[in-house]
Amino acid sequence: MVACGCKCETTEQAQLIEQLDRIIDEYRGQPRGLIQVLHKAQELVGYCPKWVQVRVAEGLGVSLQEVYGVVTFYALFSLIPKGRHKISVCAGTACYVKGTKMVVKAIRQHLGIKPGQTTEDSRFSLETVRCIGACGLAPAMIIGKDVHGRLEPEQIPEILEQYQ
Amino acid sequence: MKSLAQLEQLKKEMREVLKIRDGVASGPWNYHVMVCGGAGCISSNCRDIVTALKAELAAKGLEKEVKVVLTGCMGPCDMGPVMIVYPEGTFYRRVKPKDAATIVEEHLANGTPVRRLLYRAPGSTEPIPKYSDIDFFKKQHKVVLRNMLYIDPLLIEDYISRDGYGALGKALTQMKPEEVIATVKAAGLRGRGGAGFPSGMKWEFTAKATGSPKYVVCNADEGDPGAFMDRSVLEGDPHSIIEGMTICGYAIGAERGYVYIRAEYPLAIERLEAAIARAREFGFLGQDIFGTGFNFDIEIRIGAGAFVCGEETALLTSIEGRRGEPRPRPPFPANAGLFGKPTVINNVETWANIAPIILNGSEWFASIGTEKSKGTKVFALAGRVNNTGLVEVPMGTTVREIVFDIGGGIPRKKAFKAVQTGGPSGGCIPAEHLDVPVDYDSLGQLGAIMGSGGMIVMDEDTCMVDIAKFFLDFVVDESCGKCSPCRIGTKRALETLERIANGNGKEGDIELLLELCSTIKQTALCGLGQTAPNPVLSTIRYFRHEYEDHIKEHKCQASVCEFKAAEE
Repeated sequence: MVACGCKCETTEQAQLIEQLDRIIDEYRGQPRGLIQVLHKAQELVGYCPKWVQVRVAEGLGVSLQEVYGVVTFYALFSLIPKGRHKISVCAGTACYVKGTKMVVKAIRQHLGIKPGQTTEDSRFSLETVRCIGACGLAPAMIIGKDVHGRLEPEQIPEILEQYQ
Repeated sequence: MKSLAQLEQLKKEMREVLKIRDGVASGPWNYHVMVCGGAGCISSNCRDIVTALKAELAAKGLEKEVKVVLTGCMGPCDMGPVMIVYPEGTFYRRVKPKDAATIVEEHLANGTPVRRLLYRAPGSTEPIPKYSDIDFFKKQHKVVLRNMLYIDPLLIEDYISRDGYGALGKALTQMKPEEVIATVKAAGLRGRGGAGFPSGMKWEFTAKATGSPKYVVCNADEGDPGAFMDRSVLEGDPHSIIEGMTICGYAIGAERGYVYIRAEYPLAIERLEAAIARAREFGFLGQDIFGTGFNFDIEIRIGAGAFVCGEETALLTSIEGRRGEPRPRPPFPANAGLFGKPTVINNVETWANIAPIILNGSEWFASIGTEKSKGTKVFALAGRVNNTGLVEVPMGTTVREIVFDIGGGIPRKKAFKAVQTGGPSGGCIPAEHLDVPVDYDSLGQLGAIMGSGGMIVMDEDTCMVDIAKFFLDFVVDESCGKCSPCRIGTKRALETLERIANGNGKEGDIELLLELCSTIKQTALCGLGQTAPNPVLSTIRYFRHEYEDHIKEHKCQASVCEFKAAEE
């Protein structure tokens, strides 16, 4: 067990804190490493809850408000947990012209969530993103690491079924 | 790498092995099969094709005679997955993993190309076997994308075989720093990020600025929706960026460079990381490069999803680990950039132009393009056009040539309406200006901008009010909020546009938009805000009748907008 100062409820959480500290160590005392550390922290924890922000702030020597400022400024950092599978529907110009709206509508009908929401069973979270650079495949979306292109609304349920 | 002679020797050896890709059969290889590994083809499972080809070749005992290579983006994304077979340059499109057996059996074992996978021009049944005879490739001029059809982006040796790091060697061993700057200046290279500031002048200002250390920064935060040029260069030819930045480091007296890449491009990050590691092993980065005592190294910084970070001062703030908010200029980065020190910041495509300029000279580069816009420009052609993909043309090529000759025109016989360049900072070019030459000044006069290279084609089914709304919605979302013209002004403009699109527009709304836009343009803090009104201004300029139809007739010609009753 590490003496982390907080009241760790489980060993799992204590381990998480230990791993987080190792990430922070690379930039300890260097405010310029903030974004890089947050990237890795989010990868580890899944999102950036308050306890992560506090620890990062102390480790890098910046104020908590500065960390919170950065977390909320950049779209990639999240204050709430995401679903197991992250659906990012591309809303770049090419996709928009070719039917982003209809893709979002089809997903919404199937899962009952709007962009920015997570399904109740934590299976999916849905968001629209700015151009994934697969304009040749418009309209496109990313689920996890897979790109699905040239989408038609009737394909949506079948594609979603692949992700449990 | 300790000397230019050593590099020359390695290049000669590699050239001998790889000359099959120039059409000369050589050595142990009968064929090199180049499978496109661009983002589009990867999404269409081109990796499975590579696996299938290798398995078929092994089964036939041909793996020592045929080499299979995954390249960067070849360009014709819509035809993907595509591949080219050297030495003869046979081009296959829409290949599936199950085609691997046929390709190996008929072509690679027996020398007969597979007819059904060959390209056919729209409306023709006659196949065109060689890629160099296809209009899409024939009408392009590749400088930035010079290596895309020829190299494995993961192999530094492939890059060296095509003159890679030769320009760095030449600059370091045969040129003084000021000569390097003079060459870039004389070439007339202008920044490819969109604004078109002369790169050589940026370098000169930074070289002359007081303060140390100095920094070299690559802007790889390609945020414009509909643009994927920089991504393709980073994924397909990462060493060209490293070489360009290192040459600049020598010219301005910097020892450290940063590449700021957006997190949405994991493959680009992975390839660039691998390339940097290899360049270090070969001594193109690190200490005492080419035995000249010059030291330089590059670090990657990953963005976190903020469009405004493509603006140079915001990007530098983000590298420093803070909220990516822009700062007023002057001072310009050349005097007070990263960590307050003199900094050259150029975008990916600009960096990829540097090595050829140093190697072939400024006259060569200046001979391409128009009087005030030299060289080539890469465009990501997308939207309602047949051949979507990545194209590179000399400056001054007309929009018509790009959309109809290279792009193959509009699908389903629909009518062309406009192309949009420059993303949320740009504007539209309508049908009556199809013959405008694409260069910085001509596009500027039309109220569009060159921008970073996104070119979205729109047909009669696109509503221009809706497009203006789309871009403004984007800007409202991405505005950092530091200055009020951008934060409040774009929001008010969006509300007005939404009202028009809902069928609740009022008499005078167009004038209100024009006034608001002109104020934002003049008073916003950074490039994002100053250019944000462009999509609105340009659509009003060319498609004012569509706005009027929405307001007066409650009619959307393209049937895109859904009209709602006014809320009381």
